Amino acid sequence: MEKEFNHLQTAHCENGVATSLLRYHGLDFMTEPLAFGMGSGLFYIHLPFLTISGGPAISYRTGPGWIFSRASKALGIEINRKKFSNEAEAQDYLDDKIKDGSPVGCQVGVFNLPYFPPEYRFHFNAHNLIVYGKENGQYLISDPVMEGVTKLSENDMQKVRFAKGPLAPKGLIYYPVNIKPVTKEIINRAIVKGITKNTKDMLHTPVFFLGVSGIKYTSSQIRKWRDKLGPRKAGLYLGQIVRMQEEIGTGGGGFRFIYAAFLEQAAAILKKDELLPVSEDITRAGDLWRQGAVQMGRIYKGRINNEQQDFNVCADLLLEIADIEKQAFKKLDKMKFD
Amino acid sequence: MKKEELPQDPSALTGITRELCYVKDNSGKYTTGLSSGWQVKKDALENAWDAIKEKTEAARLMVKNGQKSPVYYFMELKLMDFPVLSGYTGFWIFSIKRHLKPAVFDTLSEKKLRIYANAFDITVEELKNFKG
Repeated sequence: MEKEFNHLQTAHCENGVATSLLRYHGLDFMTEPLAFGMGSGLFYIHLPFLTISGGPAISYRTGPGWIFSRASKALGIEINRKKFSNEAEAQDYLDDKIKDGSPVGCQVGVFNLPYFPPEYRFHFNAHNLIVYGKENGQYLISDPVMEGVTKLSENDMQKVRFAKGPLAPKGLIYYPVNIKPVTKEIINRAIVKGITKNTKDMLHTPVFFLGVSGIKYTSSQIRKWRDKLGPRKAGLYLGQIVRMQEEIGTGGGGFRFIYAAFLEQAAAILKKDELLPVSEDITRAGDLWRQGAVQMGRIYKGRINNEQQDFNVCADLLLEIADIEKQAFKKLDKMKFD
Repeated sequence: MKKEELPQDPSALTGITRELCYVKDNSGKYTTGLSSGWQVKKDALENAWDAIKEKTEAARLMVKNGQKSPVYYFMELKLMDFPVLSGYTGFWIFSIKRHLKPAVFDTLSEKKLRIYANAFDITVEELKNFKG
């Protein structure tokens, strides 16, 4: 290995892979919040008429793979992505890549990921990790949500790379190529581009279940769940909201706080103090999301002793959050960047 | 959220890892902190598992009573839904639904049983002989 690879723990797997790989290739300024912000990662999706593991299909960030591809595009960096139909070919390709000495990103399913606690192993296929070498037939793994590095056997690696079902990774491997020096101007431009795109996503996506409108949609659904599904199942639905919001291994990770941290870093880099109050707004939204989780927790823990009134409290909180996020992004929308 | 408010509750992650979170330090600037877990999330996860266990037990009884084939039980046991099982087996969802009927299951070829057994990570014998 020519250059030493350093493990970096992050709140979210895709941010982590993006940050680590870009830092490895000389982009020392890169942090998880910057990768998330440049990739316009903050979002809200509530897919109607669809359930995942018997609960609502909700996401607090943009689609899998988009954060890295948008951030690198904004920085003028090319990402090579390759999927495979043949499992043996996928393994050969990975072995070849890491023999070069360069770490690569892989999309994996967590159901068969041995170092994850069993309680977290659902059929969630959009997890990301870095392979940075191979020793005695074991892959050396830097999984961004883990405190330290881990290992995977060849057999386990194949299983997680070829997990099946929705969002199946199909052996996806990805890494930056042709990296050119990144100037201060490019960084500034990438930050502005990320903010502009994110504003557009959150405010101006004309679909009722996306962005700020999506949060309102969930709020209106929560009001109906108790009558429609009965207290027990409605409670489980709330549990799923919390897990998607906060939990590792589901795609969660406290995204509002990461975005607030991004705006704080952006304010320093762009020397634009106007961004700081918006960072505060998003922090407030993040705090309320957590307060919402506590309220939902009271309901699903109580199991049967939940009343319509308790669901209304959650729904009202979501409306308040929707409004705060709307106002915050409106401020960004009006802001002039040179 | 402030750094000192970061929950440090025991969770399923204990002894394996801690989660990194973005929190505010005393001067109001963002920093990161490690959390061992949060009771609210632990409850949500435990609730989800309770529901899975109930569904699996219900599936076991349905196989025992001859209402469903073993495919149904193992599907629940391995946390699979139709799209996931369809992904692992390559069978269409409407075929899988048919295979949940005990009468149809009894006519399945050895080859198809093997595909199901592989998907569930069990042997063909375990699949065929599961009586609830």
